[in-house]
Amino acid sequence: MSSADIYREIILDYYRNPRNYGKLTNPDIAQRDSNPLCGDELEMHLNIKESKVVDVKFTGKGCAISQASASMLTELIMGKNFEEVKKLSKEDILDNLGLHDLGPARIKCALLSLKVLKSGLYSYLLEKLKDTESADKIKEEASGLY
Amino acid sequence: MIQIENIRKDFPILKRKVHKDKDLIYFDNAATTQKPIQVIDAISNYYLNYNSNIHRAVHELAEEATMAYENTRDKIVKFINAKSREEIVFVRGTTEAINLVAYTWGRQNVNKDDIIVTTEYEHHSNIVPWQLLTKEKGAKLEYIGVDDNGELLLDQLDKYLETGRVKLVAFSQMSNVLGTITDSEEIIRRCKKKGVRVLVDAAQSVPHLKVDLQKLDCDFFAFSAHKMLGPTGVGILWARKELLEGMVPFNGGGDMIREVHKYETSWNDLPYKFEAGTPNIADVVGFAAAIDYLERIGMDKVREHEMEITKYALDKISQIKGIKLYGPMDVAKRGGVISFNLGDIHPHDLATIIDEDGVAIRSGHHCAQVLMERLDVSATSRASFYIYNTKDEVDVFIKSLYRAKELFRL
Repeated sequence: MSSADIYREIILDYYRNPRNYGKLTNPDIAQRDSNPLCGDELEMHLNIKESKVVDVKFTGKGCAISQASASMLTELIMGKNFEEVKKLSKEDILDNLGLHDLGPARIKCALLSLKVLKSGLYSYLLEKLKDTESADKIKEEASGLY
Repeated sequence: MIQIENIRKDFPILKRKVHKDKDLIYFDNAATTQKPIQVIDAISNYYLNYNSNIHRAVHELAEEATMAYENTRDKIVKFINAKSREEIVFVRGTTEAINLVAYTWGRQNVNKDDIIVTTEYEHHSNIVPWQLLTKEKGAKLEYIGVDDNGELLLDQLDKYLETGRVKLVAFSQMSNVLGTITDSEEIIRRCKKKGVRVLVDAAQSVPHLKVDLQKLDCDFFAFSAHKMLGPTGVGILWARKELLEGMVPFNGGGDMIREVHKYETSWNDLPYKFEAGTPNIADVVGFAAAIDYLERIGMDKVREHEMEITKYALDKISQIKGIKLYGPMDVAKRGGVISFNLGDIHPHDLATIIDEDGVAIRSGHHCAQVLMERLDVSATSRASFYIYNTKDEVDVFIKSLYRAKELFRL
């Protein structure tokens, strides 16, 4: 897709004025990752109450696609049921961003936030919920994103 | 002046289009350069006509292959003005050359509390091997800082040298991000006074500047073929003969031995002691064609052309509002590398946008994250030039930067 289609007003707006930017003080989930190829960094914090995402924040450094994607993802999952969040797919993220047909290098930018989220859910499922089976499944999903 | 139109005709890839109908403008030469037809032909000629393993067999093909392979070594001796062919070791690239030194000379000579000094503008390949070594040995790794102009703070070197614990100073002769040309002779002079060994990472310098090892007086010198018109997978480690003689082998195997018995082996002569296994014969042969090509143009002319195009590009790019340039502005102090940021456009976004106009630049940390931290940026965009680049191409690049600004509403 062309740059004019990628860098629409909405992407630039989320890049320059990211929603839910920051950190939580005692997050139930805190997960950080970086893209070794480009150095983009992302950290997500979530609070979970009664199987719902009650608060979510992110911090990061990176391109417009990775940062807008992370910000939009926080909005997408805020207040969502834990089960729904677990089910989020690559396609959901790209639909949400309105970005399809990104090249192989740039699709990683768009999916970094989902990878961070899934990795965070993995630790949460494993350590707090002791749900090894779901944890393993989500770990596999996360590693398949790149 | 170099005859740029004639040079361009030798590079088949420059005829291709990208993004359907755009001329390719290749400004990622610090990463790897394109290859002239002479290099491509030399490689295919080897495979078509005399493919054979070297050094051992007595048949005609093997003799031709051995001669071609060793011929490259002789060309390198002349190209960098080394003393002898025994000092030229073929490796996979600069990274392997530096690792070879770290794993052999380093392990033999660096001990607890010793210091290895490098600089803040090194490529990861001249940092990580020293981290591995100093951690293993309980030694220390120290950095010569970079000033705001992108030049090394040499006073810091003196401070380290005064401790009397420095075993090696390892630095790049030209920064792959800033383009800064290191005052190598001055660093080496100071190190020699204290009897400290010096390793020069010449990956970015040998392709662009005339280098004379007899004048430079360093101890180890490393560079790669693929950044100077040659193929990937070939590099050179040059080291003083007396050092190579004292170093244990890096890889054990065929060709590096004199005699092998059940429990003991004696080593082959230099440089073969460091060339275990069947080497990358075809690409070593191709490398000779690259050296010939550069020598035909003349390294002085290469440098002259790059200075001219870099100055032209710096003049134009510095006029763009919101541009931030890194490295020295004086082209006498920098190679054909321009690192920059434009407003709040992330380098990856910028590179994506200008790629649509056919302009290939690099974006990211350029394997120099220590420098990125020093500059307090997560990434930069980098345009880097070579002998086939033209001012017209710079104009397209500049125009494309203005388009990126528009897309980002800057």
